[in-house]
Amino acid sequence: MKSKFFTLLMGIWFGIVLVKGQLVSWQQINDMFHFESAYMYLVIASAVVVGAISVALIRRFEPHTIDGEVIEITKKPFHKGLVFGGTLFGMGWAITGACPGPIYAQIGSGTLLAVVTFIGALAGMYLYAILQPKLPHNSWNWSRAKAQDTSSAT
Amino acid sequence: MLEWILEPWPWYVTGPLIGLSVPLLLLLTGKNLGISASLRHIGAICAPRSKLPYLSKDYNWRNHIWNLIFVLGIIIGGFIGNFILSAEPAAFLPTSYQSLGGIALLFSGGILIGFGTRYADGCTSGHTIMGLSALNWPSLVASIFFFVGGIISTWLILPLFGL
Repeated sequence: MKSKFFTLLMGIWFGIVLVKGQLVSWQQINDMFHFESAYMYLVIASAVVVGAISVALIRRFEPHTIDGEVIEITKKPFHKGLVFGGTLFGMGWAITGACPGPIYAQIGSGTLLAVVTFIGALAGMYLYAILQPKLPHNSWNWSRAKAQDTSSAT
Repeated sequence: MLEWILEPWPWYVTGPLIGLSVPLLLLLTGKNLGISASLRHIGAICAPRSKLPYLSKDYNWRNHIWNLIFVLGIIIGGFIGNFILSAEPAAFLPTSYQSLGGIALLFSGGILIGFGTRYADGCTSGHTIMGLSALNWPSLVASIFFFVGGIISTWLILPLFGL
């Protein structure tokens, strides 16, 4: 129950930052891909620096969660979907001005048209669910050895 | 003194606060930051009788309820950010999207997001923020191709629609 409360609180935190940081703004995304503004690059870079230092500290000192559970950091393995799916997602990101987090934040911020993006995203997820058995999920030869090292993603 | 909160935040506030959500989520809840999987959970709830392996076999959305609580929080946070913590509420989409063509564009873009993030096992939060923070190299590959896709749309597709 406590962890559910904190999950909600962290979601609220994330939503506020997405909106106040303009990460939900179509124009901001457009400027980034036009290389007209350094803003998004600085946000992503500083977020990753802070995140990476934090994860390194967590790995080093192995703290438990406040509920006393062991913290596991997921390793997502490489497969062709990261290239093909990644490119398709990027295309959608630039068109809609939203990645999945910002879709929800836009809806909360009163951008009602984002509901259309959300319904589209559910349709896209369903399309993936249908096509999943037919899509390549293997790795290319050059990375096969590495891909076998990592456990499957959730 | 706190008036800057009501303005759009500078990158050196936004970036570190996004980055801090990685350790806070891990320490408070034990969860790895990620959002696009919520689409799968919502899909599984909407289609409880689905025979598709992706939505049924070896998978139960009840084990992922935290992710739905998290996105509920994001919706609430989006409201608070725009209506309580802003001098005046902002609009985030181009006005030209308020048309039939715009709705078609948003729907198509949404399909690309849903399909792409599920095929890629993650989005900007799961790969670019969480994955890169964990120095997970496949996440760097995914993030690079997010940008490749974004550049394709911005330079080749959106101009066809006058954007």
